[in-house]
Amino acid sequence: MASEHGQPADTFSPIFGRFTLDWIPIHEPILIGTFAGVALGGLLFLALMTYFKLWGPLWSKWVVSIDHKKIGIMYMVLGFIMMVRGFADALMMRAQQAVAAGGSEGWLPPHHYDQVFTAHGVIMIFFVAMPFVTGVMNYVMPLQIGARDVAFPFLNNFSFWMTVSGALLINVSLFVGEFARVGWLAFPPLSGSSYSTGPGMDYYLWALQIAGVGTTLSGINLIATIFKMRAPGMKLFDMPIFTWTALVTNVLIVAAFPVLTATLAMLTLDRYMDFRFFTNDFGGNAMMYVNLIWIWGHPEVYILIIPCFGIISEIVSTFSGKPIFGYRTMVWATACIMVLSFVVWLHHFFTMGSGASVNTFFGITTMIIAVPTGVKIFNWLFTMYKGRVRLELPMLWVIGFLVTFTIGGMTGVMLAIPPVDFQLHNTLFLIAHFHNVIIGGVVFAIIAGVVYWWPKAFGFKLDEKWGRQAFWGWFIGFYVAFMPLYALGLMGVTRRMNMYPDAGWQPYFIVAAIGALIILYGIACTFICFFVSILNRKELACGGDPWDARTLEWATQSPPAPYNFPQEIHVVGREAFWQMKKEKYAFSTEYTSIHMPKSTATGVVLSALAFIFGFAMVWYIWWLAIVMLVAMIGVGIAHTFNYNRDYYIPADEVRQSEAKGTLA
Amino acid sequence: MAEHTEHSHGTMASLMIGFALAAILTIIPFYLVMGEVDMTANAKIGWIMGLGAVQIIVHLVFFLHVNKNVEEGWTLTATIFSVVILGIVLAGSMWVMHNMNENMMPAHEMEQQIEQMRSLQSQEG
Repeated sequence: MASEHGQPADTFSPIFGRFTLDWIPIHEPILIGTFAGVALGGLLFLALMTYFKLWGPLWSKWVVSIDHKKIGIMYMVLGFIMMVRGFADALMMRAQQAVAAGGSEGWLPPHHYDQVFTAHGVIMIFFVAMPFVTGVMNYVMPLQIGARDVAFPFLNNFSFWMTVSGALLINVSLFVGEFARVGWLAFPPLSGSSYSTGPGMDYYLWALQIAGVGTTLSGINLIATIFKMRAPGMKLFDMPIFTWTALVTNVLIVAAFPVLTATLAMLTLDRYMDFRFFTNDFGGNAMMYVNLIWIWGHPEVYILIIPCFGIISEIVSTFSGKPIFGYRTMVWATACIMVLSFVVWLHHFFTMGSGASVNTFFGITTMIIAVPTGVKIFNWLFTMYKGRVRLELPMLWVIGFLVTFTIGGMTGVMLAIPPVDFQLHNTLFLIAHFHNVIIGGVVFAIIAGVVYWWPKAFGFKLDEKWGRQAFWGWFIGFYVAFMPLYALGLMGVTRRMNMYPDAGWQPYFIVAAIGALIILYGIACTFICFFVSILNRKELACGGDPWDARTLEWATQSPPAPYNFPQEIHVVGREAFWQMKKEKYAFSTEYTSIHMPKSTATGVVLSALAFIFGFAMVWYIWWLAIVMLVAMIGVGIAHTFNYNRDYYIPADEVRQSEAKGTLA
Repeated sequence: MAEHTEHSHGTMASLMIGFALAAILTIIPFYLVMGEVDMTANAKIGWIMGLGAVQIIVHLVFFLHVNKNVEEGWTLTATIFSVVILGIVLAGSMWVMHNMNENMMPAHEMEQQIEQMRSLQSQEG
């Protein structure tokens, strides 16, 4: 990452591939500082883990666990950790743009700045938002349908660790080599071999491919779970809305992610084997890449937001003390979005020149897709209408979501008008729009979900005071950070600028930077809130049903035992738990032994091999890549001979853990 | 695995019908190419793609036993959904890229015109 000297020379050795020590960015003070910080923090972490002898428990209770609840929590931890990394990138960009006006070059050289905005986008979508939604679905959905685990528990563990491998690969690029400098979707020809030399772009490709394996498999897994493992009597139209949205999301994942995999595979062939899919010459067509990546990319944004709609539905219904208004319209609106999300992709590149007929079609489909989304907004409002709304912490986030997401949705409809889009394409207006729906939509809803289901996962509520501080930090910070970007976008300021000549824009950028700092306060409060709540867990402890909830996940202990439910539940109609409460249902005390899947280290081993494979491919270390590929196949085959996959929890043990009650 | 019984593995007759259809659908494209049939290249490609699509349906119905009874109809639903998405992706991409080509590649159009003129000249000559 030698910005002043350009990239290190292009060399190749059979043992180290193209890696040389020149690729370690020792002349970049920012990176060295970061590295020192990470190394110190890491050492402290290692020391504490060793001191408290936590390595064994970490391995046996978490890393190799195939319990969907633990995997769900690990996804959330991954998301929060990567959010810190992605947000650090955001702060760097805001700091650069706040000063690089009117001839000043700022403090981030272009070579570094371009990596920062690429990493920010990639991390926030693939390694923050995706782990968040997958994590919540993993934790909550099996409990909501009264299942013991997901359909393929081992696969679930494997999916998670593949996602971690991808995330690790991106973080390694910070200190070994460089990252891509192409924007988060890596359009060719810029991302092709002629314009993106060096390992940065290859880090991008292999990180996404490895994580993509995990995402696709987890999609298949969760679909199978919803179709095959619902409690007896639970018909599809009895499922909680969140489970419905999880189903639709995973269908979208399974339908859309192969497109991403294929597109990135073609780009990989272009870069590694001199194919010509997306080159400018020899019959390649770079626009085809843009077309294909958005065929994945648009469903992807719905993959992120649809489970959030589910979270909002559950919380609104619980805290209004009413069943969700318009259950069926909610389901059908979600299903409509599922199909419509596949016919709007061109609105991401109206300006590429497909002409009036194509642009009109996609403009209209984009406006149509706002209709089912609007239906949902009104359903939530009508659920609250005449309800006894309790403005507790989760509901606060929901109100923040409703207001902010609606504004983001409306600016989206503005962008859906092709002539308007020609003015606003690739300006900061667009940036403000999608942050408006992703922060105001996905992040607010996910944190609402975290606050709502935290007592489920750990048996105690989150601290109210710090929770409210976190909300106001995020909420106010968002508006201060992104409203100036709308204004700048209307002035024609384009995205991804390293510096700009017009000093008149600078005040807006400074306000935006202040907004980012307010968000930083919100993030800090979020973590303080977790920390304080864990410290005060005794005082904050609550029963199994702290919110007076309605759906089945609350029918069991908090935190749930590994087997989730001591007995199979026979569901009649919607809101199973609400009905159980009305009927004063209690589990029978005649327990039987419960059949459970056994932990396995295969998932984490395979993912570790995949990580080294990815690293070897990035640096052209062919021998290592081949060894790792063979090893992965070997471990995979060996795992099929492992017949020691299940065990029984004896009835006595079930009785004992149920006797503890709901851990009130 | 009580559920396993509801999966039909097909009768010998249906498997043989499937096999025969698959074989015929394979032989025709080979004949079209190897038999040097008098047809434009584009028409040949069209036929081969079309027969390939039919081949997929034959495989789904006769070998993968997709019908409206399997898994309470969910297999068929999922298949139809996949086909719809595939149709959208393929047809949409072709439409989008074709229009983009028309609008954004005037040089390409000129090449075509030059080629057309050449072919006209050669016919006349």
